[in-house]
Amino acid sequence: MSSGASVNALQCLVEQLKLEAGVERIKVSQAAAELQQYCMQNACKDALLVGVPAGSNPFQEPRSCALF
Amino acid sequence: MATDGLHENQTLASLKSEAESLKGKLEEERAKLHDVELHQVAERVEALGQFVMKTRRTLKGHGNKVLCMDWCKDKRRVVSSSQDGKVIVWDSFTTNKEHAVTMPCTWVMACAYAPSGCAIACGGLDNKCSVYPLTFDKNENMAAKKKSVAMHTNYLSACSFTNSDMQILTASGDGTCALWDVESGQLLQSFHGHGADVLCLDLAPSETGNTFVSGGCDKKAMVWDMRSGQCVQAFETHESDINSVRYYPSGDAFASGSDDATCRLYDLRADREVAIYSKESIIFGASSVDFSLSGRLLFAGYNDYTINVWDVLKGSRVSILFGHENRVSTLRVSPDGTAFCSGSWDHTLRVWA
Repeated sequence: MSSGASVNALQCLVEQLKLEAGVERIKVSQAAAELQQYCMQNACKDALLVGVPAGSNPFQEPRSCALF
Repeated sequence: MATDGLHENQTLASLKSEAESLKGKLEEERAKLHDVELHQVAERVEALGQFVMKTRRTLKGHGNKVLCMDWCKDKRRVVSSSQDGKVIVWDSFTTNKEHAVTMPCTWVMACAYAPSGCAIACGGLDNKCSVYPLTFDKNENMAAKKKSVAMHTNYLSACSFTNSDMQILTASGDGTCALWDVESGQLLQSFHGHGADVLCLDLAPSETGNTFVSGGCDKKAMVWDMRSGQCVQAFETHESDINSVRYYPSGDAFASGSDDATCRLYDLRADREVAIYSKESIIFGASSVDFSLSGRLLFAGYNDYTINVWDVLKGSRVSILFGHENRVSTLRVSPDGTAFCSGSWDHTLRVWA
């Protein structure tokens, strides 16, 4: 019977929700602080963020004018 | 018997109300820990200056919409796939095409580079994911060595090698994701739970263990345990299809891009959405997102042909990049973070730095 299949689907959903309810969570303030810390610690290595010395980014090779 | 039907209905009703009350409890638990917004925590962080990012290379050669691209670990080669059925491997420094293969189907919606750099995977309307070894022998026909790995019952929307050439993770319009052994083509694990087409997936950075995130037309982003096949966390705050998901470099969060014109950041340890990247003036869907190396910048390609660059911590837009002449369909930052590449329905790919 089709309602049998719905009962199974709902049983699965209830089990899944119980699983998700059991997840251990931390406060947003702590999570946010850690995301920020990761950014700050790695900022100096982030070429798109801080740029790189001229000539060391292969996509931004210095262009020179050759007149001969 | 009539009483059996009545019993079924009561079970259905009681299960439904149990599900509703569990959902309510989940929201309550998440809300209890929502003590501050990310952008408030980031108020004391120095604001970002002006960005000068330009198109440094344009890769021309596809005959139709570019649908997907991926970088090789060597930080210079890229593979791209198109509606015209062609998959091309480019040297992005020189813009030369190194390999090209024509798939038996059009709309090759997914492609990926193998970690070794020696193979690529692709698929689309053929419902399969196939692996092609890359050979430098000019006499060899790339298509001859093709290996069919994954079989879905609807289109392939995304694929990714795991941390070796031996396993591939796929997402499909059939609503499932699956993990496959490349050599034997065997299905190792399948992931059921999305209520509609799965459009994207991303593997967690290898240090954070065996999980991946997927996004779909059911507006849900789901995080999966690769070994058990279990969904461990699910997020449903988008108002439309989720086209792209990408992990934050630390693996503690992920971003999503959606047809609802917003990108969002979900923190896995707080188990909730912690930022929305949106503007009233942005009304077209975001098709593709990726983080810069430090996670401070989020690059997002949109259906209005632009790329918006967001300050992940402060939630503000720092730059808008013009150049493509049609929808941006795919976007990836290079493995060492020196550039990013975008693909578009305008048939081209652009490398920006």
